[in-house]
Amino acid sequence: MADINLHNVTKTFGDYRAVNDVSLNIADGEFVALLGPSGCGKTTLLRLLAGFEEPDGGVISLAGQAVADPAAKIMVAPEDRNLGIVFQSYALWPHMSVARNVGYPLEVRKLSRADRDKRIRDALAIVSLGDYADRSPTELSGGQRQRVALARCLVMEPRAVLLDEPLANLDVHLRETMQQAFLDFHRRTGATMVYVTHDQAEAMAMADRIAVMDRGHIRQMAAPETLYREPSDNMVAGFVGAGAVLPVGGFTMQGDGRCAVRIGNADVMARISIEASTHCRAYPARMVPSNDGAAVVDGQMQHQTSLGLCLRPEDVRVDMQGNLTGMVDDCVYLGGRFRLSVRLDGQHSVPVYADQRARIGEQISLSIRDGWVFSRQEAA
Amino acid sequence: MLAVGRWLSASGLQMGGNRFSDRLLPLLFVPVIIISVLPMIRLAVEGLFVHGTPSLDYLRDVAQSSQTWRATAHSLYTAGLGTVISLLIGGAFAFLVALTDIRAKAALVFCFMIPMMIPPQITALAWVQLTGPSSALLNAIGMAPAMGSPQPLYSAEGIALLLGIQHASIVFLTLRANLRLLPREQIEAARLAGARGGRLWWQVILPLTSPGLIAGTAMAFVTALGNFGIQAMLGIPGNYITLPTLIYRKLSSFGPSALGEVSVLAMLIGLIAVVGVIIHHRLLSKRDYRLMGVVGRPLDIRLGNRRLVIEIVLWAVLVAILVVPLMALVATSLVPAFGVRLSLDNFSFDAFYQVLFVQPATIRAFHNSLLLAVGAAIVLVGVCLPLAYVIVRRPTRLTRVINLLVEIPYALPGVVLAIACILLFIRIPVLNISLYGTLAIIFVAYLARFLIIALRPVMNSFLQLDPALEEAAQACGAGVGRRLRDILLPLAAPAAAAGALLVFLTAFNELTVSALLWSAGNETLGVLIFNLDDSGDSVMASAVAVMVVGVVVALMTGFQLASRHLPKGVIPWQT
Repeated sequence: MADINLHNVTKTFGDYRAVNDVSLNIADGEFVALLGPSGCGKTTLLRLLAGFEEPDGGVISLAGQAVADPAAKIMVAPEDRNLGIVFQSYALWPHMSVARNVGYPLEVRKLSRADRDKRIRDALAIVSLGDYADRSPTELSGGQRQRVALARCLVMEPRAVLLDEPLANLDVHLRETMQQAFLDFHRRTGATMVYVTHDQAEAMAMADRIAVMDRGHIRQMAAPETLYREPSDNMVAGFVGAGAVLPVGGFTMQGDGRCAVRIGNADVMARISIEASTHCRAYPARMVPSNDGAAVVDGQMQHQTSLGLCLRPEDVRVDMQGNLTGMVDDCVYLGGRFRLSVRLDGQHSVPVYADQRARIGEQISLSIRDGWVFSRQEAA
Repeated sequence: MLAVGRWLSASGLQMGGNRFSDRLLPLLFVPVIIISVLPMIRLAVEGLFVHGTPSLDYLRDVAQSSQTWRATAHSLYTAGLGTVISLLIGGAFAFLVALTDIRAKAALVFCFMIPMMIPPQITALAWVQLTGPSSALLNAIGMAPAMGSPQPLYSAEGIALLLGIQHASIVFLTLRANLRLLPREQIEAARLAGARGGRLWWQVILPLTSPGLIAGTAMAFVTALGNFGIQAMLGIPGNYITLPTLIYRKLSSFGPSALGEVSVLAMLIGLIAVVGVIIHHRLLSKRDYRLMGVVGRPLDIRLGNRRLVIEIVLWAVLVAILVVPLMALVATSLVPAFGVRLSLDNFSFDAFYQVLFVQPATIRAFHNSLLLAVGAAIVLVGVCLPLAYVIVRRPTRLTRVINLLVEIPYALPGVVLAIACILLFIRIPVLNISLYGTLAIIFVAYLARFLIIALRPVMNSFLQLDPALEEAAQACGAGVGRRLRDILLPLAAPAAAAGALLVFLTAFNELTVSALLWSAGNETLGVLIFNLDDSGDSVMASAVAVMVVGVVVALMTGFQLASRHLPKGVIPWQT
């Protein structure tokens, strides 16, 4: 097992920068998900790690040893990296039995027959497919095939396991079972795992940390709950979790990383990111005194610094005494509760979970318990 | 740099992932150039140089000869009319099979493909045996025309008819491939919009399938143009000379001294073929009908109570173009002695016994064709596996060029390649040996011509192979040699076997190339049938032809049965 380090890695296809100056450190034994919309570069990043693609610049190291470094003309072939990989299409060889598929890495490494058989048995037992050793992969279901692929990684005791959207071909019910299988696998083996997915629920359920990618960059890398509560920019806030990002006109610092922001006709208490608060402090000239004497950021600021307020539906409640009013735009039953979309000031809507159905067009009052203010400007 | 290299090799690391295929490339590129491009260059040089200096003498001689233009006109007329016939038969079959609810489609398609796989000289022989005053079949049932009346097929229209029948399956295949991609929603949408009957056909279905129609027409025309078997078997007795037969005549009467003129004629055919292909590409480039929607759900237009009538007509056409001529062929092969009227009491298998065990020329021809076909199949598959791997997995500009080059010897009419091979191998420059008059020259020409037949199935198979299968092996630690052996070869083996069988099938029956390259002692089966018929021994010619057809149908049946295990696109009649 090993840690993985990427330093300023870039990969271009023609004019297109699929992976753009990415630096990433994955600790030994960590489960990291690469999350992003399709075409964001996450699969390319995984293939760079595996060695199927050669970077144009930067350094990729496994356990401290450089495996790809164009500047030093180092490029270790995939077969010499000792990494396990699980593909979306399973990539089981149809002309070999399940046992031979699983044992192939050992066959290549010229292990003795007895040794091989024992390790194949152990690996198949871990993925609970002990009885299927002599079957052909074509006779197995999708979930079973994926477990065979996992066992094939396991036998070779890889330095890390790379997974490329391994659940994308499975149906919803099987996905949950397989997520559990991956988690069990991770706990039992302690393997470093890098998991590519476009499904945020999958990433949040499994990963220790999630790296959100967009257009070749890593936007934010953090634990799932941090990502959800404190997205660093607009893309992450919009991509991860249901919620809304509202533009913020002005705010008043309240200390302790909290502030009051004006939304529609009401003030809302929210947490604020350090970047957002320091960014505004850098422009004191634009802070103008308000009626009650607190410093309020001028309305003009909206266009220049682009602060955003990220609201999650569980932070917004329908409340007769609420100081925020809006009109119901949409009402969807989710089973057990309703999700309303409430239009605030003619332009922006917020999602709200409610216990009761609401009429479209109805005026309701809301109260907001929490929010997150961040700088919407994306890092260059 | 050196230090880094030494460190890398010491630690067992490799630079780049694909050194193997980089090394492989020139090794494959050189032979491909030699067999597919060099002959064509040599052909151009021969026509445009006289005694080593550039000259237009040959060009002028050929252009001033009225023979040339008469043959060109004949070629264009027969190929053009033949294409129209192909279009009518193949088009009707394709539309009915692909779009309607007629029954027994698989059987219909299989039978319709047989004419394409039967060598043209046998088609010609079968039809000649069917019609005309000496037809064994017609005589047996007492319906033969009077003795001395002309054989109706020895005419321009006769040639065109057989060319049309022979190549109808080409139109059928390209059109059906197109129709298969036609999403049923587009037709359903038109029907909901109110289009019915003729309007639906003319305004929706026909325009949407025009790319397939155009491609099929172009391919049928180019193939008909180069079809030597039918043009020779019908044209030479009827003294209706086309460009391929003109070349054949000049070469067989004047020998190598006619090579200069003949190469200009070969270029002329090549030029007509290329113009045909260019027109086809022009027409296609203006139509970008990318068909959207769910592909693969076949459309079943209900024919209602007309279905039975249409089915009867389709099968009747098949009986007329396939069963009846083959019956005539069998009948002739069973005639006890030439001129004797065949009946149930007097038929004899003597001709079969003669060709298989007695006549040295026929035994030799079987032997030669078998040797050539098996040899070509083995060599080509051996070359194609690494070649296809490199082309598919390393798509560089060079591999794309190779991919186009290997098409040339097959796309151009066979006589062009044959002449080019004579020119190149009559005296090999450095080695100073001649292959002309040996079996080897036929072999080399076969390699050039059929490379593409072996390459396509293997390439298709590699293309359809999920790259992850190979990458998974790579991640398991398998180097390129192991991956080829353990993963790629077993998975590509069915396609390679199919490619080998197709090469065998085509080479076993080949006539056009070998007709110009054979010499005494080096006859092929195609040449044998042609010569036997030419010398009036149609009974023995028919016996050989019946055996060849037997082999063809047996192999096709084998393919059909194995089709489930083969990658898509391998079997020519299952697009």
